[in-house]
Amino acid sequence: MKKLFLSLAALALSTMGLAQSGKLEIFSWWAGDEGPALQALIDLYKKRYPNVEVVNATVTGGSGVNARAVLKTRMLGGDPPDSFQVHAGQELIGTWVVADRMEDLNALFNQEGWMTKFPKGLIDLISYKGKIYSVPVNIHRSNVMWYVPAKLREWGVQPPKTWAEFLTVCQTLKSKGLEAPLALGENWTQQHLWESVALGVLGAADYANLWSGKLRFNDPKAVAVWNTFGRVLDCANKDASGLSWQQAVDRVLEGRAAFNIMGDWAAGYMTTTKGLKPGEGFGWAPAPSTAGVFMMLSDSFGLPKGVKNRTNVLNWLRLLGSKEGQDTFNPLKGSIAARTDSDPSKYNAYLQSAMRDWKSNRIVGSLVHGAVAPESFMSQFGTVMEIYLSSRNAQAAANAAQAIATQVRLGQ
Amino acid sequence: MRWFNNKDTLYGFLVILPSLVLLGIFVYGFIFQTFYTSLTDWGKDPAQALAANPQIRFIGFENYRELFTGLVDSRFRQDLVNTFFFTVFFILGCLGVGLGLAIVLDRSPRGEGFFRTIFLFPMSLSFIVTGTIWRWMLQPEGGVNQLPTLVGLPKGEFAWLTSREQIWQVSWNDLPFITALVVSVVLIFIAIAAFRGGERRRGYIASGSAALLLLWAFTLGRTLQPLPYDEPHGFNLAFIGIILAAVWQMSGYTMALYLAGLRGIPEELREAARVDGASEWQLYQRVIFPLLAPITLSAMIILGHISLKIFDLIFAMAGPDNAPTDVPALLMYLTTFRANQIAKGAAIGMILLLLVAAVIVPYLYSQLKSEVRR
Repeated sequence: MKKLFLSLAALALSTMGLAQSGKLEIFSWWAGDEGPALQALIDLYKKRYPNVEVVNATVTGGSGVNARAVLKTRMLGGDPPDSFQVHAGQELIGTWVVADRMEDLNALFNQEGWMTKFPKGLIDLISYKGKIYSVPVNIHRSNVMWYVPAKLREWGVQPPKTWAEFLTVCQTLKSKGLEAPLALGENWTQQHLWESVALGVLGAADYANLWSGKLRFNDPKAVAVWNTFGRVLDCANKDASGLSWQQAVDRVLEGRAAFNIMGDWAAGYMTTTKGLKPGEGFGWAPAPSTAGVFMMLSDSFGLPKGVKNRTNVLNWLRLLGSKEGQDTFNPLKGSIAARTDSDPSKYNAYLQSAMRDWKSNRIVGSLVHGAVAPESFMSQFGTVMEIYLSSRNAQAAANAAQAIATQVRLGQ
Repeated sequence: MRWFNNKDTLYGFLVILPSLVLLGIFVYGFIFQTFYTSLTDWGKDPAQALAANPQIRFIGFENYRELFTGLVDSRFRQDLVNTFFFTVFFILGCLGVGLGLAIVLDRSPRGEGFFRTIFLFPMSLSFIVTGTIWRWMLQPEGGVNQLPTLVGLPKGEFAWLTSREQIWQVSWNDLPFITALVVSVVLIFIAIAAFRGGERRRGYIASGSAALLLLWAFTLGRTLQPLPYDEPHGFNLAFIGIILAAVWQMSGYTMALYLAGLRGIPEELREAARVDGASEWQLYQRVIFPLLAPITLSAMIILGHISLKIFDLIFAMAGPDNAPTDVPALLMYLTTFRANQIAKGAAIGMILLLLVAAVIVPYLYSQLKSEVRR
């Protein structure tokens, strides 16, 4: 009887799926290494809705640098893709939600029971005026410090817990002949380092206040971030701007540097490309002074207004938010599920530790990866960084940051 | 309507009408639209930047004012300075290398055709390809920096594309003064040339305006301060790598131009000079180089407008985010498509258009004038 019921249910499901037809265009920048993860999701979607033609529109370029420009011309030209990838948080809200281009998804979240499945800290970051506009697919952590345990033992140092400790360890390593204990890469990785320093120096509450406009960038507390940042930079390699983030990680693996602060896609690089075992070949700790805080970034998909295949998009979003969808995608992508009920056995040792932190830690958002500030601020933050790097003047950088924050109406 | 009575004129007009209409819409129409956009606040309010029907207000020349005097737009000002130095060194490099190669090839050495092809070959590559090749060669750890090790020297340490060193720094506030000085020096030269050539009226006008400009520079020009503080801008050493790659690519082209010019100089002229007892150096100095002057001018115009709007080479070599090698065209792209500041991006575009026009229009004007004379 139970079997009959099950097969009936399956039949009902499949006919429901068969009833859906038409097209679904998915716009993303998951082309290279991330391609297989996206393909797995698309395959899953096709299995459920075989009559829907899925158009996989990808524009290459890490972090969506090129895809976002293409997306903007398409949206301005009145040709929105059915669903597009966007960093969850302000990158979506500050650009598309405030421009009234997205439909809110509160109904979908309630209907699927997702309000309790995603952590509240995440829901807060992706909401605008009490409404949710995108479905987060994965979670990456920004504030992670990577090292090689064997090398640290050789040098006789422990992974530092605070930035003050970090600077002491840095001096120790320098006296042992290590020229640049911190490996750093090109400009965005320098901003990436900055956000970990800012979180460590300010603490989670003030860090969040920075983005809501409650703490000004030229406040002495925020100026202090630049001072610490400068001292941390003195521990880094001088040829940073010429290195990609992978090359910076390589420096650590080769033993030419002790630490690297990078998002946890570095774990994917070290396990998949370099074939290292998490915990043995490489070790990790929260970036100094940020233990107990999870600085997250997330890729998400939303529902633009005026799309032709609305039902297909809603089905796609339903799949993305489901446990099955998230556990299919994330092990391949090297990230963790945004849901807190995913199955740890599918993930490697590093990701399992990240999952534990995801459930227990306080959640804040990343600046460089679009969670806490709109694109208008984010892209001009590079100018602030330039001002600091060329002048090493903390006050000048802080003033410029505040001027941009005012200009783009940050936190309003 | 006597004009249309001539059938040929009518047919001629009808034939070029489609291209006139298309040019009018797709070139001049869009230039005008960009200009209008640059006078608005499109992008200032995030809620309107990418809205379906954005509400855009007219704000006059505010965007231009911000670019030249705003606190957060120092990057644009550095980019202008970068473009200036890049243009100067790129043109000098191409002209020098091109002329040198052309003179060598003009003496018909063995394998001339082979070398001509070799030298011309880089021009057939796209800037993206050139940029990618040179990016590899200029990596701090490899390529060019490893060259000295071949002869036993320590390897190079220069960070080709990412060096933050800056030389020849000038405060942005001194620029009005310096510009006035440079322009008056040029005017004085024009005046001297005019007096020598017997064009007195022209000479008076040129020297008079030079005097006026100098007077302004030393009185009001000193007090005109665009910024309330000193903001140093200079030549970024990181640009040396870009200049190398650009000269490598385009000097073959100037070589071809010069070679054609050299071949166009009749042998009789050289013979006559030699008969008159001119040394080889005097032959070049007095006969050949003056005859090559129009070619130099054309080459300068063509190279100048390439360097002013350079985008792809730097995009491929250093990426759009590498501030030491930034130029206005890259900043325009970032401002418009990353920061959503559409009006400001349009303003940068208009400034670029003006710069290119300043190079091209006098050239076209003189070309047209000489054609009419013929």
